[in-house]
Amino acid sequence: MDQPLPLRGLLAGLAFSCVLASPAAAQESALLDGGKLLLTNGVATIEGTSGGGLATWATISGRETDVGVGLSAHGTIIELPDYGWTSYGLSVGLFDRVELSYARQNFDTRDVGTALGLGEGYMLNQDVFAATLRIAGDVVYGNPLVPQIAAGVQHKRSSDTPVALAVGAANGQGTDFTLSATKLFLSHSVLVNTTARLTKANQGGLLGFGSAGENSYSLQFEGSVAYQLSRRAVIGAEYRTKPDNLAIAREGDWWDLFAAYAVTKNLTVTAAYVDLGSIATFDNQRGGFLSAQLAF
Amino acid sequence: MLILAAALLTQSVAEPPVDWDKEFGVEEKMRDPVTGEFPVDPYVQGDGNAGAKPFDGVAMADAFGGQAGIRRIANRTVELSEADPRIAAIFASHDMVRLKRTLFEQFCYILNAGCIYTGRDMTASHKDLGVRTRDMNALVENLQRAMREENVSFAAQNRFLAKLAPMSGAVITR
Repeated sequence: MDQPLPLRGLLAGLAFSCVLASPAAAQESALLDGGKLLLTNGVATIEGTSGGGLATWATISGRETDVGVGLSAHGTIIELPDYGWTSYGLSVGLFDRVELSYARQNFDTRDVGTALGLGEGYMLNQDVFAATLRIAGDVVYGNPLVPQIAAGVQHKRSSDTPVALAVGAANGQGTDFTLSATKLFLSHSVLVNTTARLTKANQGGLLGFGSAGENSYSLQFEGSVAYQLSRRAVIGAEYRTKPDNLAIAREGDWWDLFAAYAVTKNLTVTAAYVDLGSIATFDNQRGGFLSAQLAF
Repeated sequence: MLILAAALLTQSVAEPPVDWDKEFGVEEKMRDPVTGEFPVDPYVQGDGNAGAKPFDGVAMADAFGGQAGIRRIANRTVELSEADPRIAAIFASHDMVRLKRTLFEQFCYILNAGCIYTGRDMTASHKDLGVRTRDMNALVENLQRAMREENVSFAAQNRFLAKLAPMSGAVITR
């Protein structure tokens, strides 16, 4: 299986910045217009979409407005008591209307790998290809009670289908469907997101999709509330419900407390305390989340 | 030779230069000697033109430093935008004296700092400017900077922006 490469995403992002920084005119060019308000592109989720870290939002990645194209790269590390997580990805925002993203997830089972008979440090890997379409509304402008609404598709392909099947999953691949509404309530400096997700994914797909006993889509919920401390700083909390399909291990909801800071208009750093609950019978997987996002 | 030169001279004196502005009916706009503003076509005045209802109470006016602070913020926003390569072209051919006054009045009225708004409504005042979302974002950033320089708290900045953000539909025309 693939070795963990926690910095690969960051390096990819830096490579991006070098390519884009060279022509000074890039910022002025109509295509890469970079005109989005700070932080209104959200931060990359573990699935590579634009959002708040765990939850997908209706925001579109990249710093473009409706007349340009935006690019975004991210790397994320999560440190848990029994597991390690790295993910990284790339995303393209088209005219603040369409988002196309890719993320690679690497889940290090460490000693649990031995306990499960997979071998110590066995890596569960997954590719996530996602597309999001903004249907209506604007996260900042327009009617203050009309949110930005977006629909998304997240196609997930586990590289460890045999493991997924061995733990009782019905499939090693699956597709989630999301519908999100996001609004920044300026009068209170509060951003609210709600997302409905149709999914079969076990632990986001790392343990496959569905099970012999339960192989239909279930409707899950993601909620985020964030408070803007300044133009650059925001703190918030997220909650994400998940299905519990597998017979051999109980699966619970996820939540996090996060702080995001726009170091520059292009670089956003997010730190969070995450509770990923019980994963493959190992309970209380609470730990630290660190993510960096470069966006143009 | 001399006669020819004299004839030419006489001819040029006899025919005064053509006033093309007059020929084509162009009226020269003159700044008002008192206000320094160019005249505008008549329109119906009213606070409704400000595009938002004012805040209750004096908390917001205080947060913005009263009329003096609001005037500095309005002027600074205009000056930053005139010097901002992203949007300077939109401001270049317009009456900045009048804009500074009407923007001050609009801010002052909405912040309930004791002004009436005498400018045009948001649709009329932004017609033909061709403002895009990215231009409005640039203006918002300049306003944020002006408010920051006047030490307006971020929460109060956002409360004010909440009054302005719904105007996007009238401001953004392409």
